Amino acid sequence: MPVKDYIRERFFPHIWCSGCGHGTVLNVLIRVIERLGLNKSDIVIVSGIGCSSRIAGYLDFHTMHTLHGRALAFATGIKLNRPELNVIVPMGDGDALAIGGNHFIHAARRNIDITAIVMNNRIYGMTGGQYSPLSGYGIFASTAPYSSVDQSFDVAELAAAAGATFVARSTTYHVNEAAQMIQKAILHKGFSVVEIMSQCPTYFGRKNRQGDAVDMLKYMRDTTTPIGSGAKGQNPELIERGVFVNKELPEYCSAYDEVIRHAMEGR
Amino acid sequence: MPKRRLKELCINKEWCKGCGICIEFCPKGVLELDTQDKAVPVRNEDCVVCRLCEMLCPDLAIDIVEEEEAE
Repeated sequence: MPVKDYIRERFFPHIWCSGCGHGTVLNVLIRVIERLGLNKSDIVIVSGIGCSSRIAGYLDFHTMHTLHGRALAFATGIKLNRPELNVIVPMGDGDALAIGGNHFIHAARRNIDITAIVMNNRIYGMTGGQYSPLSGYGIFASTAPYSSVDQSFDVAELAAAAGATFVARSTTYHVNEAAQMIQKAILHKGFSVVEIMSQCPTYFGRKNRQGDAVDMLKYMRDTTTPIGSGAKGQNPELIERGVFVNKELPEYCSAYDEVIRHAMEGR
Repeated sequence: MPKRRLKELCINKEWCKGCGICIEFCPKGVLELDTQDKAVPVRNEDCVVCRLCEMLCPDLAIDIVEEEEAE
């Protein structure tokens, strides 16, 4: 079975709840890596803390399970030291944009060649369903029993504004599309952000009466639309999926090498 | 081009958590839940080998083995 070549089978069945979207992201990521034919020894997965960050333990590549929110800082160190490696950082929404918000925007600003996958289930699952910076206004959580009054970030807009040179969004319902986005992101030279909208049936689904995993997938199917579709014109509430940014700017490691070369001249 | 055909649809029952995603989104209704809440293929002959179930499965419990149809 091809999937088994890429995972640490001894840790399966995984810890995630029944119907958890993070499992689907893991599944999609494996298919993409298989499709790209990448050597397992050339891939580094760096994760922080949270349900989503368990993904590093399940994948049989070089993996690091690091500090909450600091995965990108560790990944930056790895990439600068070994620029030939493919560094992929799967993060939860809280990990990426609350605890690690500053690392996120600055990694994007530097345009370092790292692929950040934001597995956005809009809640802190592991610690009991607290609201996150991506939960949004009117959302129920264990820490917002009367609904949240915090507005949410738009991950794609934030990443684009911070300087990421590849920004895309898909969902765990649109698996083939998500695979294409992740594939493009891995191949992109520069900082890539792929937001995968994911479902947490245990906390987000239950607190917000969105039903089980199947209902939540249908909800994502019905509330999203490809960028520039006619449906968006008719219903501005729809969330757009697709590639928002894909541009070339000097990559951080290459630029740094250039500085070193320049500084060493004439020695 | 030879047509692809399902050879085997394997479900790892140890890993399946019975979320029902494969059952709901299979375009051909090939799978069902058994009495222990695990997915089982029941209409293999209807499978069109789109492999959607394999990719959607959050538990990595589905393995599709396909073969080429004889001319």
